[in-house]
Amino acid sequence: MNVVIAKSETRRMESDIFTSIRERLPGAGKVAEGRAQAFAAFERAGLPYRRLEDWKYTDLRVLMREVLPLAAAPDAEALKRAEAALASLPAIDASRLVLVDGVFAPSLSDLTALQTGMRVQTVREVLDDAGNAARGDLLGNGAVSDAMIALNAALATDGAVVTVADRTVLEKPVHIVHVATRSSAAAYTRSFLTVGNGAQATLLESFIAAEGAKSYQVNDAVIVSVGDDTQLQQVRLMSDSVDAANITTAIFTVGAKARLTTFNMTSGGGLSRYQGYLTFAGEGSEVSANGVNLLNGRQHADTTLFLDHAVPHCMSREVFRAVLDDRAHSVFQGRIIVRPDAQKTDAKMMTRALLLSDEAEADNKPELEIFADDVTCGHGATTGALDESLLFYLRARGLSEKEAQSLLIQAFVGEAIESIASDDLRDVAIATAQRWLEMRG
Amino acid sequence: MSLLEVRDLQVRVDDREILHGLSLTVNEGEIHAIMGPNGSGKSTLSHVIAGKPGYEVTGGEILFRGEDLLEMDPDERAAKGVFLAFQYPVEIPGVVTMNFLRTAYNAQRKARGESELMAPEFLKKVREVAKRLNIPQDMLKRGVNVGFSGGEKKRNEILQMALFEPSLCILDEMDSGLDIDALRIAADGVNALRAPGRAMVVITHYQRLLNYIIPDFVHVMSRGRVVKSGGKELALELEASGYAQFDDAA
Repeated sequence: MNVVIAKSETRRMESDIFTSIRERLPGAGKVAEGRAQAFAAFERAGLPYRRLEDWKYTDLRVLMREVLPLAAAPDAEALKRAEAALASLPAIDASRLVLVDGVFAPSLSDLTALQTGMRVQTVREVLDDAGNAARGDLLGNGAVSDAMIALNAALATDGAVVTVADRTVLEKPVHIVHVATRSSAAAYTRSFLTVGNGAQATLLESFIAAEGAKSYQVNDAVIVSVGDDTQLQQVRLMSDSVDAANITTAIFTVGAKARLTTFNMTSGGGLSRYQGYLTFAGEGSEVSANGVNLLNGRQHADTTLFLDHAVPHCMSREVFRAVLDDRAHSVFQGRIIVRPDAQKTDAKMMTRALLLSDEAEADNKPELEIFADDVTCGHGATTGALDESLLFYLRARGLSEKEAQSLLIQAFVGEAIESIASDDLRDVAIATAQRWLEMRG
Repeated sequence: MSLLEVRDLQVRVDDREILHGLSLTVNEGEIHAIMGPNGSGKSTLSHVIAGKPGYEVTGGEILFRGEDLLEMDPDERAAKGVFLAFQYPVEIPGVVTMNFLRTAYNAQRKARGESELMAPEFLKKVREVAKRLNIPQDMLKRGVNVGFSGGEKKRNEILQMALFEPSLCILDEMDSGLDIDALRIAADGVNALRAPGRAMVVITHYQRLLNYIIPDFVHVMSRGRVVKSGGKELALELEASGYAQFDDAA
């Protein structure tokens, strides 16, 4: 009885949130109608919880409990704190878009000297442009129906719209940086990357917190279209505050003869979910989707990947590693769907978790749904502690317990990090892992 | 003061006593061979000296230059100059040999309050030693012992011994798994490291190794004790008569 009352109170509050901020959201007319519909869809479903199979291990009604009010637009002081936080970013020469509390911050961004063939707009400017016929599509979620992306569609305030023209080879990565400066508030962002036929691009995404930003919520969506004969490499580093929540939905559509490599490293956030929907839309393509979770304390991080082999002759590889200390909880769910027509599919998934504490927990849920008969599919999962005989060998050579552990952990996550083709970005991922190891103390 | 003094050492594993009061004294510059049948406790002794977890010392003591070795962590022992060449060196995928060597080398130096060696300087040093031991450079770029042959693994142990310059080297069954050529290369490497300030304890089942590494003293272990000690001629005696004669003595 009590539970029912509590739930309805939460929902009433969520409803108030939308009503009270509608006028702050960009886009009128069709866009506003779309937002209202998306919010209604979210309200019908409520926060996802354990009885939904896809959210089995990450019950947001327990872990997130409520939807926080929208963060105030950044003022001069917030921008100053955000700028200070940017110093923690890797020194990568990139076209940089900075979103502070969900709002594009031109003064902190670097979009000078954009290469020919590359176009950058903000979601806000497109949504507010009544003359843009495509603006209504910006809040659509394709075939993905999930309460959290519906909430994102309803409340998204800003984001990047990046287009790379056919046959353009980007010299510099596109770097989207999310900085949180407010406590107990939420930011909703949505970004788009369209990489044309025969083009090559690199997307780097960072999530960081300004000093003092606590207990905030991030809900991000990234919608990526990879053309034919196109190469895209994506690296995402989530280093949000350890008491923040980060729910991110990434939707990738991959054309023919394309190569897509994704890498997600979660070391921040108290509660996080990275859900990736990857669909092969053209034949002869390769996807490599990899990730590392580095967690301690009471962090809960969920990586859920849906890989849809909708067409024949495509290859996918998933390599996922989790390192868990204290009472941390890591979830990996990997679903591979091989459609009836998708003959000659080659799909493999391997996930391994390393437990540094007796109280840490790793859940692995591989799901293979194969409807074609001429395919190669496989998955494997292991969970274990550091090998004592390796630790002793290293200690007998003079390494302290911590140093020996660090070396073995680096080797363990290295198997996933090695998938990053760019030397610079691989070094950034290695440095992030090293920083995490040093912070373990 | 002796370099190593093992006094009346009693060791248990899983409630079973393996060493029943073992004593051994090793001085600087000496080479000791410890021989004995399988299960006599030879490897247990080497593991306890190096500090491997899982062994319970229920009596006796081990002094290294007069200091209580049993009170030290394995890495402290390494920094003090104790080196165990493993019978079965482990494979560590993902840890590049060169990186491992430098991390270990500098960890030992740091523990002794010495300055760390920078990468180029260290690289030069490793290359010199590797060349002397006939170790190909590409082995240093591979994961530690990953895909190494038995002989390569043992040479990698000797490479570390040469780099770390320990004062006490314990060679645990260095000859196991080596053919005669590989054994000769490994033994040459060890002989090159003989020095007045450095002692070695060579643990072996077979006399064969002692044709290449000539010991000053030979000890026979049986059932957790040293049952006979003598000069290098004792090894030849054992080769002729076997270990059976010591079964009763134990």
